[in-house]
Amino acid sequence: MDAPVLNVEGLKTHFFTRAGVVKSVDGVSLQLAPGEILGLVGESGSGKSVTGFSILGLIDPPGRIVEGTVRLEGRDLTTLDDKAMSRVRGKDLAMIFQDPMMTLNPVLKISTQLIETVLAHAPVSKAEARQRAIAALAMVGIPSPEERIDAYPHQFSGGMRQRVAIATALLHRPKVIIADEPTTALDVTIQSQILAKMQELCREIGTAMIWITHDLSVVAGLADRVAVMYAGRIVETGPVGAVLDFPHHPYTQGLIGSVPSHAEPGARLAQIPGATPSLSALPDGCAFAPRCAKAIGLCRREAPQIEPLGMASVACHVAQGTGGLE
Amino acid sequence: MFAFILRRAGQGLLVIAVMVVLVFFGVNVVGDPVWILVSPDMTQDQIAEVARSLGLDRPIQEQFFLFVGGILQGELGRSFVHGTPAIGLILERMPATLELALVALMLAIVVGIPLGLYAGLYPDSAPARGIMAVSILGFSLPTFWVGLMLIMVFSVMLGWLPATGRGPVGHFLGIPTSLVSWQGWVHILLPAINLALLKISLVIRLARAGAREAVLQDYVKFARAKGLGRGRIVGVHILKNIMIPIVTILGLEFGSLVAFSVVTETIFSWPGMGRLLLEAIQRLDRPVIVAYVIVVVCLFVVINLMVDIIYSLLDPRVRLSEAAT
Repeated sequence: MDAPVLNVEGLKTHFFTRAGVVKSVDGVSLQLAPGEILGLVGESGSGKSVTGFSILGLIDPPGRIVEGTVRLEGRDLTTLDDKAMSRVRGKDLAMIFQDPMMTLNPVLKISTQLIETVLAHAPVSKAEARQRAIAALAMVGIPSPEERIDAYPHQFSGGMRQRVAIATALLHRPKVIIADEPTTALDVTIQSQILAKMQELCREIGTAMIWITHDLSVVAGLADRVAVMYAGRIVETGPVGAVLDFPHHPYTQGLIGSVPSHAEPGARLAQIPGATPSLSALPDGCAFAPRCAKAIGLCRREAPQIEPLGMASVACHVAQGTGGLE
Repeated sequence: MFAFILRRAGQGLLVIAVMVVLVFFGVNVVGDPVWILVSPDMTQDQIAEVARSLGLDRPIQEQFFLFVGGILQGELGRSFVHGTPAIGLILERMPATLELALVALMLAIVVGIPLGLYAGLYPDSAPARGIMAVSILGFSLPTFWVGLMLIMVFSVMLGWLPATGRGPVGHFLGIPTSLVSWQGWVHILLPAINLALLKISLVIRLARAGAREAVLQDYVKFARAKGLGRGRIVGVHILKNIMIPIVTILGLEFGSLVAFSVVTETIFSWPGMGRLLLEAIQRLDRPVIVAYVIVVVCLFVVINLMVDIIYSLLDPRVRLSEAAT
């Protein structure tokens, strides 16, 4: 792998609430090569969105990054103050959100929202900024951008709004884009359009991307590598083909088994029993152990470390064979 | 847009008609103005003469139809007390009241919005708690008491500001106003603060609630993710969103500032419409009361219309034709 453009090491983001410490992200490490697309997969509440926001430094109190580093081209972002960080955000590091209906400010014109983003990072005239904004809209496939740019968000459909958000994120040709389930709120047809567009644009610009999703089929078609998150940790990561075709971790196996297309029509659908544990009261040992059919005694006592296994890396005593010693 | 304004004007006329009927008969129930106007040593004939000269000897329904006929010809009747046209009396006093209400409104905006924004952005900070505590006081203290306290502290004890009256009246663009001179501002400050106090508290609450809601919105997070500075996020993205409810409420409140400045005007001897109304009610000066009501209703209708137009400018999702339904 080339020198990673983004290198996250041992990231821990905890929320200090009245009810206790919620360990949303509890030791996540991931690397992103230039131009690479990483699918970050997990259930709701597994900490994948918080990972994304932590990378951008957008964690608000009571949340806080308590440990770990986020290096963008070698520079540790966790040590930057808010002002320095805002020079990185939107320029080298951009983000797209889940719900395009909420992402754009409803009372400001699209042009205002794009131009302010250009001007935040580039010392250009307003006219030049407007030209760049129009070019960005054209790039994401918005028809007649010269006229549409002066519309308000409510005059766009959901898919078009997400394109506007993507155009905003791509304005400064960022090194890394974090896409937080950007197609979840869209129709399936629009979803595939957006997916294809993102893939094409990332290739063109050379932007690396973290695609956060709970949809394995999206990851299969889009990503180069995949990281599966469970209860604030990455339990399995590796090339998409290796992880999806030969999953090692019981949770990954369960996730893949839960995709209905694998099931015989009429047969009972596979499911992972139970629910994700409360992040403020994680069990000792492996967080997945209470739901895991293969769990052994060691799983309940000691949390597994993530270790290379075949082409992937897995955090599971059973898969790693350490449990065999018992 | 034109149809919208026309429909609004129609609604306004209806409101005026209803109010005129209610007030006309309502004032008559309160008492007979003749007995207030005459002096005790007048003879029965003289009293009858007064009643006849004012048209009060006719049956009430006849008086009403005469009055309505007058209105349709643009004549609101003459004041029983002053003997001059009632509408003239009110319009003469109106600039003073409008000027007071405008300054109070400005105070509410200039003081209320920044304080409310701050309290909304840093809800757990000590200053924010202080602001909220003061706003509760502003809500709950009665206007007349605050007015008296203001006079007591700033006029009597400190001697900084005059207790009563309006400053010298100059002209600005042909409008008589006391705001052109320093003395005018010195005089208007205390009554304006008194009148504004409740509105400041209201704006603080609105701005705080709006800001607290707005900071949680995705568009604020997205604005941060775009790398915008805090000033731009607060001053443009958040402020423009919270202005929508604030403008609506303030517009309506401006009407009530004008209409109900009675207490403040009385305490500070401010020569405005409010005091005129109070005098008119005491003397059962029916034409003045009815004229006042008509003027205030007109004011409300115009203000509401303006609020709707500003609203549509602030919030692009609002179309005026929809707002009318």
